[in-house]
Amino acid sequence: MIRVIADNIMSPLGLTTGENLQAILRGESQLRVRRGLFGLPEDFCGSVFDRDMVPEIADTQANDGGFSFFERLCIASAAKAVAQSGIDPAAEDVIFVISTTKGNVDAISRDLMAPEAYIGESARRIAGYFGCSNSLVTSNACISGVCAQIAGVRALLGGRFRYAVIVGADVLSRFIVSGFQSFKALSPEPCRPYDAERCGLNLGEAAGTIILERCDDSDADQSTWQFVACSNHNDANHISGPSRTGEGSYRVLRDLLAALPADRLAFVNAHGTATLYNDEMESIALDRAGLAATPVNALKGFYGHTLGAAGIIETILSMHAVDNGIVLPTRGFASQGTSHRLNVSADVRPTDRRAFFKILSGFGGSNAGIAYRKGGDR
Amino acid sequence: MNVTITPEGVKLDRAIVATGSLAEIYRAHIGDYPKFFKMDSLSKLGFLAAEFLLRDIPPEQKENAAVVLFNRSGSLVTDRNYQRTITLNDNYFPSPALFVYTLANIVTGEIAIRHKIYGETAFYILPERDDATIERVVADMLLTSSPTMVVAGWVDWLDENNYIADLKLITN
Repeated sequence: MIRVIADNIMSPLGLTTGENLQAILRGESQLRVRRGLFGLPEDFCGSVFDRDMVPEIADTQANDGGFSFFERLCIASAAKAVAQSGIDPAAEDVIFVISTTKGNVDAISRDLMAPEAYIGESARRIAGYFGCSNSLVTSNACISGVCAQIAGVRALLGGRFRYAVIVGADVLSRFIVSGFQSFKALSPEPCRPYDAERCGLNLGEAAGTIILERCDDSDADQSTWQFVACSNHNDANHISGPSRTGEGSYRVLRDLLAALPADRLAFVNAHGTATLYNDEMESIALDRAGLAATPVNALKGFYGHTLGAAGIIETILSMHAVDNGIVLPTRGFASQGTSHRLNVSADVRPTDRRAFFKILSGFGGSNAGIAYRKGGDR
Repeated sequence: MNVTITPEGVKLDRAIVATGSLAEIYRAHIGDYPKFFKMDSLSKLGFLAAEFLLRDIPPEQKENAAVVLFNRSGSLVTDRNYQRTITLNDNYFPSPALFVYTLANIVTGEIAIRHKIYGETAFYILPERDDATIERVVADMLLTSSPTMVVAGWVDWLDENNYIADLKLITN
């Protein structure tokens, strides 16, 4: 059995999972219009770390190690989760799996040949801070955060490792924001997942860490979160446009449902970027999979799309929501705006179910999902 | 089956079957997929290598194949090309057609589209080539997934004189 033993979220809403959950329950977001940030000629609406938070985040020994902001963020988040878990991160049976889309890409704005931009080496520095020599980077665009959890699960099932420290992070830069602007993918105001008025996504910064452990079934109790199933399917359709039939996402959901039927789900935490095409595609996939009546939520209205962190922080928040017996709200959603009707949770709703799916889709036609259940789930 | 593409040419199970630049190899051996010329170099390299492995495989066997690739540089060469388009405000022309290739996993998507592969596509970045890790990640994938076949290996583009695709087609 694979179980979750610790987690952390760092975002502009707070530096612990608890602070983030409380901020969400108060309806807060740091999505704001950013003028002139990164010297960009165009404004954008995003959730960005107040750089005053940085010293606090950097309040680790990492400060002296020549680490980039991205690496310090990963280290700070992982350090909190490692401390909570009590594991020895330097032990041979620990692997760090890093989820990021662009890592230190901003370094090439200063020097095109900057060595920091090699993501595998950046991951090695992050793991090395903890004395760990095993690291792997999942680089699968927007689905990286679920892919990293899948890679962690497999590394544990394969028997060589006992603990997987799964860290996801991305920091915004001129590079990333200009690219999404060139795609005309950004909403000028806080995004509205699944809503009739949605007009694009927001970008956001965050880091998240989940620590998984391989253990005996007898180690599980009512409070244990355990991995149930995972899946990854391509649309085989287009590198930057979602499938019109939701093919890959549908196949992911079909795989997850084979392991965990819909009547046991508290909700599906969807990608819900609030672009016209993503949300429409997900509505098709969820409906095809028979999940139109299952509560669905998306958290991009609080954080924006946090890229490599998204799959990890959204999984953590989903677990803590179930721990509190609730489905988290979909900030920004007011009225159905997809051709296939979904049971979108606009506000906090109670639930007595103890399992959920986390799904993501992204560039490259990629789709991934993971299912978790809590002990006591029937 | 194993395919290697380097500046020396294409080797299929160690025998040279083609030589020349990627564009020349495409024209001589593929030729029916003009989208090839829109791809970045990493995608062209991975795409061509996959062609030699998959072109004789019937479609029904490819639908549930997996494509699992690794490298060191990610999409860094394309990242630098994109960076050159956003440096100064009076020379600022970011393009979505270039930006999309600043994601290393796009090459896996290009292969999936070409061969109608609906199985797993995944890209991993390592600090250096490490075949033991590649083999372990691919073997561990089979613990939670049952693809009909797997295209797996190393694909890294540095420049016109330094590139390598070294892919395997793993079947039962």
